[in-house]
Amino acid sequence: MSVYSEKVMDHFRNPRNVGEIENPDGVGKVGNPVCGDIMELYIKVKDEKIVDAKFKTFGCGAAIATSSMLTEMVKGKTIEEALKITNKAVAEALDGLPPIKMHCSVLAEEALKSAIKDYYKKKEKVK
Amino acid sequence: MKYIYMDHAATTPTDQDVLKAMLPFFSEKYGNPSSLYSIGQESRTAIEEARGKVAKFIGAKHDEIVFTSGGTESNNFALMGVAWANQKKGDHIITSSIEHHAIINPCKFLEKRGFKVTYLPVDKYGIIDPDDVKKAVTDKTILISIMHANNEIGTIEPIAEIGKIAKEKEIIFHTDAVQTVGHIPVNVDKLNVDLLSLSAHKFYGPKGVGALYIRKGTKIVPYLYGGDQEKRRRASTENVPGIVGLKRAIELAEQNMEEESKRLTNLRNKLIEKVLTGIDETILNGHPTQRLPNNTNFSFKYIEGESLILSLDMEGIACSTGSACTSSMLEPSHVLLAIGLPHEIAHGSLRFTLGRSNNEEQIDYVVEKLKKVVNKFRSMSPLYKKK
Repeated sequence: MSVYSEKVMDHFRNPRNVGEIENPDGVGKVGNPVCGDIMELYIKVKDEKIVDAKFKTFGCGAAIATSSMLTEMVKGKTIEEALKITNKAVAEALDGLPPIKMHCSVLAEEALKSAIKDYYKKKEKVK
Repeated sequence: MKYIYMDHAATTPTDQDVLKAMLPFFSEKYGNPSSLYSIGQESRTAIEEARGKVAKFIGAKHDEIVFTSGGTESNNFALMGVAWANQKKGDHIITSSIEHHAIINPCKFLEKRGFKVTYLPVDKYGIIDPDDVKKAVTDKTILISIMHANNEIGTIEPIAEIGKIAKEKEIIFHTDAVQTVGHIPVNVDKLNVDLLSLSAHKFYGPKGVGALYIRKGTKIVPYLYGGDQEKRRRASTENVPGIVGLKRAIELAEQNMEEESKRLTNLRNKLIEKVLTGIDETILNGHPTQRLPNNTNFSFKYIEGESLILSLDMEGIACSTGSACTSSMLEPSHVLLAIGLPHEIAHGSLRFTLGRSNNEEQIDYVVEKLKKVVNKFRSMSPLYKKK
């Protein structure tokens, strides 16, 4: 039996939205190589709605699956709605993560918050 | 789907001949070896025959072998037993920074109880310098414990030289030979050791049985207290089927070791060559030649080991990683850090350890699949693009 749920394995096997977005409206880069997880999240925003999200991840199976799930979850959401996505929500959407892997979902939440912060920063500059 | 097992350093399948030898001792010859009646004495005879076999195989005497539950117990017994028995003489132990956790953790336990432990560094290949051992010795040193070969990177240590130093300084010397017994020649006199740990399941014997060699005259106290088994050195009813299995595994190793070692060395070299030439940005960890015949350990830059393990498993390939992602700590392997790998490279390490079931065709298959998964994860890696 795998330590991961079927859903985690599905997102690990077939990660959705891998890659980078050209001229993204927001980029979130979190993690560090010491713990073995680095996540980069790119978002494209139109009328305060996230219309596209892509990721690049250096990490374990759980880190890849949470990145993939996060991109699926944020697409179509307004920035305000996206900000409400917690690490627990990402883990639940994957039918749970082993306790020692919960830090991967925290990384996903941090990547999202960081990308949104970057979006606001860029927006400020445009103004 | 093909199933290719390349994690023989973790464990080996129990040989069918070994299993056959063990089976009667579960339900037909079930006597307690401490019982005086015939069925008990049948078990006693089997144990003593096995003791003789183990002793002869490593160049020891019959009474110098104590059966244990495996490598971890043998290592714990050696460290605790010598430490408690010699604490009036001194409180200093010398070991290395790349030992198995079955050595590192008992050392930490002893440190909490007042002992001082020196963890010697290694060079980039994982070799311990005997001069460092000599320099670390103090008048309080009671034990030196250095592994014969490293379980992760396969490097074989200069045990005979270190043993000579220990002998000159009259310090008890232990080696964890769990990865070498049954694979390369091991002789306690040639290695100059006073204690040596071995484990059956690393060379096609059963799990749950091992032995500790204790040179006659070595000051050591028991690790388990209870009955008078093993000449009061290790209480507990003996694992008779396991001990019989250990004996049979040694007999088979005696017959096959030389030839198998040559075969595995060739296979290992082929795997190393194909990986290093076929996949760029790859490092071989451990010594290029002074390594176990069956061990390979690579670091694939920019990716993480667990992802590789899971993907290779989907292709029917079993191997292991030095990444900590499967454990409760976030730090990667202490061995890979000790040889100087930065964290992000240590995280992307894989160990393939070969055995009887592996052949050339499998090497080709593994390299082909490995290329595929390494490329896949590099294309997803934010580190790779920054190259």
